[in-house]
Amino acid sequence: MQFGIFSVSDITTDPTTGHTPTEAERIKDIVTIAKHAEEVGLDVFALGEHHNEPFFSSSPTTTLAYIAAQTSTLQLSTATTLITTNDPVKIAEDFAMLQHLADGRVDLTLGRGNTGPVYPWFGKDIRAGIPLAIENYALLHKLWREHTVDWKGKYRTPLQSFTSTPRPLDEIPPFVWHGSIRSPEIAEQAAFYGDGFFANHIFWPASHTQRMIALYRERWAHYGHGDPDTAIVGLGGQVFMAKNSQDAVKQFRPYFDNAPVYGHGPAMEDFTRETPLTVGSPQEVIDRTLGFRDYVGDYQRQLFLMDHAGLPLKTVLEQLDLLGSEVVPVLRKEFANLKPAHVPDAPTHASLLAAKSSSEVSVA
Amino acid sequence: MNQRSLVVISAGLSQPSSTRLLADRLSAAAVDQAASLGVDLTVRVVELRDVAHDLMNHMLTGFPPAALKDVIDAVSAADGIIAVTPVFNASFSGLFKSFFDILDKDTLADKPVLIAATGGTARHSLALEHALRPMFAYLRAVTMPTSVFAATDDWGGSEDLLHSRVNRAAGELAREISRREPAVVTDPFALTASFADLLGA
Repeated sequence: MQFGIFSVSDITTDPTTGHTPTEAERIKDIVTIAKHAEEVGLDVFALGEHHNEPFFSSSPTTTLAYIAAQTSTLQLSTATTLITTNDPVKIAEDFAMLQHLADGRVDLTLGRGNTGPVYPWFGKDIRAGIPLAIENYALLHKLWREHTVDWKGKYRTPLQSFTSTPRPLDEIPPFVWHGSIRSPEIAEQAAFYGDGFFANHIFWPASHTQRMIALYRERWAHYGHGDPDTAIVGLGGQVFMAKNSQDAVKQFRPYFDNAPVYGHGPAMEDFTRETPLTVGSPQEVIDRTLGFRDYVGDYQRQLFLMDHAGLPLKTVLEQLDLLGSEVVPVLRKEFANLKPAHVPDAPTHASLLAAKSSSEVSVA
Repeated sequence: MNQRSLVVISAGLSQPSSTRLLADRLSAAAVDQAASLGVDLTVRVVELRDVAHDLMNHMLTGFPPAALKDVIDAVSAADGIIAVTPVFNASFSGLFKSFFDILDKDTLADKPVLIAATGGTARHSLALEHALRPMFAYLRAVTMPTSVFAATDDWGGSEDLLHSRVNRAAGELAREISRREPAVVTDPFALTASFADLLGA
């Protein structure tokens, strides 16, 4: 099982000090955070894509390539890459390029993006969100698998004799996760292609995530990829820890109360009850996270949101220390003990390369 | 007797409120009239006051807390609705509007709704026609022709007039519910098109 962190790249004023980091500070901080994720033993770093303030991450592959150059084991991913407003040709090229530079330590999570004003900036219509996600991914899928592509669709210029360069590393496309909070069509899309499904998880009640994952697993089996429990599932999570539970609550409350998404809304106690947010001791985080398995089954990737809502860099790095030293080692062991042998791990470039080599050997 | 469900939405703020009083009169009359048509109406009364914080939290977070989710589910599954608001500033109250703002757009489509309101004087009564009725038309609800307004005076002396309006409106609602098939709740997770259709769209 893979453990890691994901960032939405918000630039938010620290409500306890009034300090707002500059874009330059925050961008350098995210590199430090990603490197520290590897240092503390995490597996994955995923970065969001936004094209509006107060977010900085408009160009995730640039940032991820820079991080790749300074890390050696960290799997680089996105949370999410906008499959609706980006040209699928550019996604194909950017991520193949990143694969080569990062020696294959790359996968990506596709999302539609729910910020209405962004669509027209890229010449798109949010009302066509689902059809755009379906058509654009069909093209992306093809560009990574066929050398010369002829293609015609509704939403972009036709392609004749087009080759996306560079070709995917070792002719193995990056593994794709499809992310969605509430659209069953996207769970269906992930199942159709035999790709992974990533549930954001953190903004909605568990019962909702449970239904989406169940649908994805059922359709995964329907399309002949294997039993439902062999589908590839990722979950988001959100934690804030201190050795002593009450200290965590006290330290995190001002950040919760002023957070961009849910701030000035529900009480932290209500939100922790309704959603996976856990504010408490490392043991509480362990117990809660193990409990996710009760409603989604054995799953392959757990990412935590750690740097947001104006938390200062020092605090984020301390949180990563706790995650790496006290939480993840226990979760690794416990999840591994619970997982039946036939449930696969999340595909990586290395595992896909090994599978490809062995199938070529068996054909020969 | 056929079983059908009625959800009564009351946006009164004080307890007891005249809005709730009117809501109870209407639902009791609807139950009686439905019974005479062979329909056993089960009634659930929702005081929006009880989910007021949840409504605002839903607007801010995008999902309903458990107690509000339960109310939304009941409304979705209801065979009929009675919606009663106090008149504030010549319209429905903000709390009343907030509840209907967070419903999914199809929740009330083709659902029988009886609208009613309360206010200090009868001069507020047309708020039903210029504020509530257009909103429910927009939501594609089947709004009963008779709407019921109760002013402070109506709770005083002779209440014949209010009584007859209550009965007429409740009768319209009972007949509308009894002549319909039970409400069908659509599953938000159900796929409405095959993936091949989506790809070919």
